[in-house]
Amino acid sequence: MTDPSGLPPKRALASFALIGAVMAAGAGAFAYTAGWLSPDRLTPGKIVAALAPPSGPALGHRRNHAKGICFTGLFESNGNGAELSRAQAFAPGQYPVLGRFNLGTPDPNAPDATVRVRGLGLQITTPGGQVWRSATIDLPFFPVATPEAFYALLSASHDKNPQAMKDFGAAHPEFAAFGAWAGSAPWTASYAEERYNSLNSFVFKSKSGLDQVVRWSFVPQARVVPVTKDELAKLGPDHLEQDIVARVGQAPQRWTLEVTLANPGDPTSDPSKAWPPGRRTVAVGTLVVQHIEAERDGPCRDINFDPTILPDGITVSDDPFPAARSSAYAKSYDLRTSEAKYYPHEMNTATGARP
Amino acid sequence: MTRDHSRFNFVQRLFHWIMAVCILAMLFIGVGMVSTVMPKYVPLLATHKTLGIAILALALIRLAVRLRYGAPPLPEDLPAPMRLGAHLSHYALYGLMIAMPLVGWAMMSAGGYPVVLYGGIHLPPLLAQSDALHALLWNAHFYLAFAFFALVLLHIAAALFHGLIRRDGVIESMAPLPVHDEPAAPK
Repeated sequence: MTDPSGLPPKRALASFALIGAVMAAGAGAFAYTAGWLSPDRLTPGKIVAALAPPSGPALGHRRNHAKGICFTGLFESNGNGAELSRAQAFAPGQYPVLGRFNLGTPDPNAPDATVRVRGLGLQITTPGGQVWRSATIDLPFFPVATPEAFYALLSASHDKNPQAMKDFGAAHPEFAAFGAWAGSAPWTASYAEERYNSLNSFVFKSKSGLDQVVRWSFVPQARVVPVTKDELAKLGPDHLEQDIVARVGQAPQRWTLEVTLANPGDPTSDPSKAWPPGRRTVAVGTLVVQHIEAERDGPCRDINFDPTILPDGITVSDDPFPAARSSAYAKSYDLRTSEAKYYPHEMNTATGARP
Repeated sequence: MTRDHSRFNFVQRLFHWIMAVCILAMLFIGVGMVSTVMPKYVPLLATHKTLGIAILALALIRLAVRLRYGAPPLPEDLPAPMRLGAHLSHYALYGLMIAMPLVGWAMMSAGGYPVVLYGGIHLPPLLAQSDALHALLWNAHFYLAFAFFALVLLHIAAALFHGLIRRDGVIESMAPLPVHDEPAAPK
């Protein structure tokens, strides 16, 4: 039997040094992979932190699109999408949906007229447990071309130096189009009158194995009545929630799900670039919103509308945003579920409209 | 042919080395994916879930094999604290191999996420949706992962200590192939 003391001291020392080196290499590789040695790495934590207003995040709430209201209803598939994607949601039929109308703001109490971007979080469930989640917004294109540029935009917008936004605009010329849209596009006074766009591209996989890059939009069937920002402000800070409660209380509200097919060469990886007009579109079904529920303890509150939760038949494309959104949404979800005690569960707090 | 009781049997060694690769990959994928917003996040997450369930299945089979065939005895002259450390660390390793995938699966369930593996395999939720449980399980998954990695490093250090300094036949007992022509002969 070898005795440790029998090892020559030099060899023992060398062996201990080797063991130490192996430990250090292992720990170092782990630290590198975790990003601890790369302070410049864009992490989901950085994006989520950058979304917070200077006063800090609203604890217990989504870190963005924090103001919202839940709904349930149906997706009525007409079967026209089945040639493009083998996803069960495109087989003719009716599938239950759960969703959330929301405002693109980190403030759950923001007055409606202070927020330019409106969104629709949606989950379509098909038999066998396939789940398709999406989060679409009413912008016709995304303000920036890459997740890195989005982070730079958030950082610049919180920078006290007014030069920061000018520098950002100079470095990201695509951002000018958003400014033009935000300044000129009409507002509406209803979630029901908005068109919600995927902006990101995804790949539809057909039964025969063909891939087609697509974007999609929920096109409102309600008549769109443009209003000015001031007119909206006069309707009250929570008009959108009161309006959708009243409309859905009278009749289900409907959107046509319209899929747009990319032509070869279209900018599939850059959501700041709308595809040229004239692309083939296919109306694949109708979203029917049947019931509205308050977010507080409603069915949508604890759902992460992660756009990479896709059924068989749909995958991410070369667009880098869905992955970045997925990682940041997960971070936001992890934070807010751990902050549940801060969420205003009581009915009589100041937050939000009561439906 | 008599069984060589100084070494783990072939199946045990095979499980050990396959799982060593899987677990190391798993820990690195986990800590890497939560630190990135790059497109690789999506396949890393899918791999993490799939590999986690594979590790759970392998760990359960391996536990059964271990209970059936046992382990070679530790060297008789191993000091008691090291003997205790060896036993406790192996309980902890088996515990984590089984608990980590279950905690991850339960965490996804409590978060209302569908649990989908490569190949379109859907796993049923282990728990009903609950923000409080999601937060608890997320913390458990996070901190246990670092404990697991620390334990793996300790395990490697101990193996090297046995192999390089004590030279007591312990590392040979799990070596993928016989290190010497003959099993450690009684000395």
